[in-house]
Amino acid sequence: MLNIENLHVQVDSKPILQGISLDVQAGEVHAIMGPNGSGKSTLSHVLAGRSGYEVTGGRVTYKGQNLLDMKPEERAREGVFLAFQYPVEIPGVSNIYLLKAALNAVRRHRGDSEVDAMDFLQLVRGKIKALNLDEQFLYRGINEGFSGGEKKRNEILQMAVLEPSLCILDETDSGLDIDALKIVADGVNSLRSPEHSFILVTHYQRLLNYIKPDVVHVLAQGRIVKSGGPELALELESKGYGWIDQSAAASV
Amino acid sequence: MNYAEQFRQLAPLLPGRHLDWLEALRRAGEARFATGGFPSPREEEWKYTNVAPIEKKLFKPAAGESARVDKATLERYRLPEAWSLVFVDGVYAKDRSITAGLPEGVVLPLAEALERSPEQAEAFFHKIAAREEHGFVAFTTAYFRDGALIHVPAGLRLEKPLQIIHVATRPDGLSVLRHLIAVERNAEARVIETYIGTGSASYLTAAVTEIHLDENAGLEHIKLQIETDKAYHFGGIYAEQARSARLRQHHAAFGGLLARTEIHSELGHGAECELDGLFLATGRRHLDTHTLLRHRAPQAISRESYRGIAAGRGRGVFSGRIVVHQDAQKTDAEMSSRNLLLSEDAEIDSKPQLEIHADDVKCAHGVTVGQLDSSAVFYLQSRGVDELSARNMLTFAFANEMVEKIRPDSLKHQVQSALLAALPQADIREDWL
Repeated sequence: MLNIENLHVQVDSKPILQGISLDVQAGEVHAIMGPNGSGKSTLSHVLAGRSGYEVTGGRVTYKGQNLLDMKPEERAREGVFLAFQYPVEIPGVSNIYLLKAALNAVRRHRGDSEVDAMDFLQLVRGKIKALNLDEQFLYRGINEGFSGGEKKRNEILQMAVLEPSLCILDETDSGLDIDALKIVADGVNSLRSPEHSFILVTHYQRLLNYIKPDVVHVLAQGRIVKSGGPELALELESKGYGWIDQSAAASV
Repeated sequence: MNYAEQFRQLAPLLPGRHLDWLEALRRAGEARFATGGFPSPREEEWKYTNVAPIEKKLFKPAAGESARVDKATLERYRLPEAWSLVFVDGVYAKDRSITAGLPEGVVLPLAEALERSPEQAEAFFHKIAAREEHGFVAFTTAYFRDGALIHVPAGLRLEKPLQIIHVATRPDGLSVLRHLIAVERNAEARVIETYIGTGSASYLTAAVTEIHLDENAGLEHIKLQIETDKAYHFGGIYAEQARSARLRQHHAAFGGLLARTEIHSELGHGAECELDGLFLATGRRHLDTHTLLRHRAPQAISRESYRGIAAGRGRGVFSGRIVVHQDAQKTDAEMSSRNLLLSEDAEIDSKPQLEIHADDVKCAHGVTVGQLDSSAVFYLQSRGVDELSARNMLTFAFANEMVEKIRPDSLKHQVQSALLAALPQADIREDWL
């Protein structure tokens, strides 16, 4: 699904990612954990194609294609989805408008016809119910005046409607209470299948109680310093990130 | 030939010539216009708007009966649930208007009112506009051909909106109108002024609307200016609000080559005034909005929120002035002007002015002029929307946030359609909105 090889990225001439390699197979869930400033968000942004990041080395292959050559919208249409840490508010265009525009962009790209208005509404109604959201939510401006939890659930709603192949969740768990966290986790788990892969970027182990990862990576100072099974997340939780920083420093 | 000579020839067509009070006002207006002409950029309140192109031309009023107007054009802008008065090239078109069911005497074409009930017209004509003695106002006083007289008696709530539709059809045509809206105590009305044109030639529409709101009266007034690309437009909306009167004014300016709208109100004790507006200076348009709110008495509330977009070689001007007079303690006034510049050659001048002569007041204003938010563009791209469409969607969103305040829904949708037609490459799917 996704192969990252020795990726180096800098922002304003400052190296942020310093040789990341990662291989995500179809159906796998990878958690990327690390302290603040380790480069977690940079990695998610670079994968989604945000401008302002300079790739100085390495390559990223997604379904056999060079991901870094693709525009953000092409990545999205090919099935890469980033759930934002800070979703943007866009009053003046409704949530449901964006959902329709996004779904139809993906469908057109695949050569499918535009989704029928009634079928679409039925599809979306099912999804919002599962996320414990009110239908009125669809007709509000995009993220306009949403609470932190509502914004995150809206990201998951978009993900559920688009059914992307590769979902990158950038600190989706931050700022969520336990109930909202469970709802978000249910949304992710219901999409888990041999066709869908996930990268969960998180600071805390908490989310991983509800979404069980296949692999946990620890990111520090722009490198993956340790990879392991779910037990690695628990180790981080009990020991903190201090020992990681020391080992990262030692390996420089 | 100039306007004075032109109108001397057409004198019999101007209404109310038998009324001495009106003749005196017309002569004063004519004299004033003859010496001063249209306003010049040397005047502080006109410094961003040069009307020399209007001055250079001699627009001609319609000679006889009102011209035929394409039915489809008219129906596109007529609100199904409203009464409507239609003016074609400034002349009332009775056969195109819908007035059945209007309470007796509440709405009359001004020319007819000057014949049938001149004292009613005299009570309201040029009482408020007299304060606004610049060339355009003088011009309309001297040469107005018709208009609407809307007089809502005390306690009456006009159940349906009243729409005044202005259609310009003739090349180099001139429409000069004076509207009077008087809402008595505890009465309420909704009035919509729609300005459209057919054809591709240049024309001038000049209209002045005077609004009298008695104690605790309420008026919702909406102006939709979607003149054609070569049109010149001047509109003055001048209001006076008595104690606790409420005015809610919404102004959407999407058309014309050079257009200026003035919206002025004087607020009495505890009056409430809400001004919302949106202008789209696309192509080569020059759109100027000038607002002035005078808080004359205590405890009045004003909320003003304007948005502007300039693209291509478009130019937008917003000047918002709030004057709080010495006696107007506990005034609560807020004004905001947010603007979007979409091209290198576009320009927006936004000038808020607060003039406060009372000490116990709450006044705030804010102005922004900027570009589209790049993080919002990326957000939409990350959902599969290409960059150009994302920019268009955000531009639409910025404007639509104002349009969404418009009621009723049928008018909101009409303004949305006009907005989409006016925005460059607006690839918004109207059926998804």
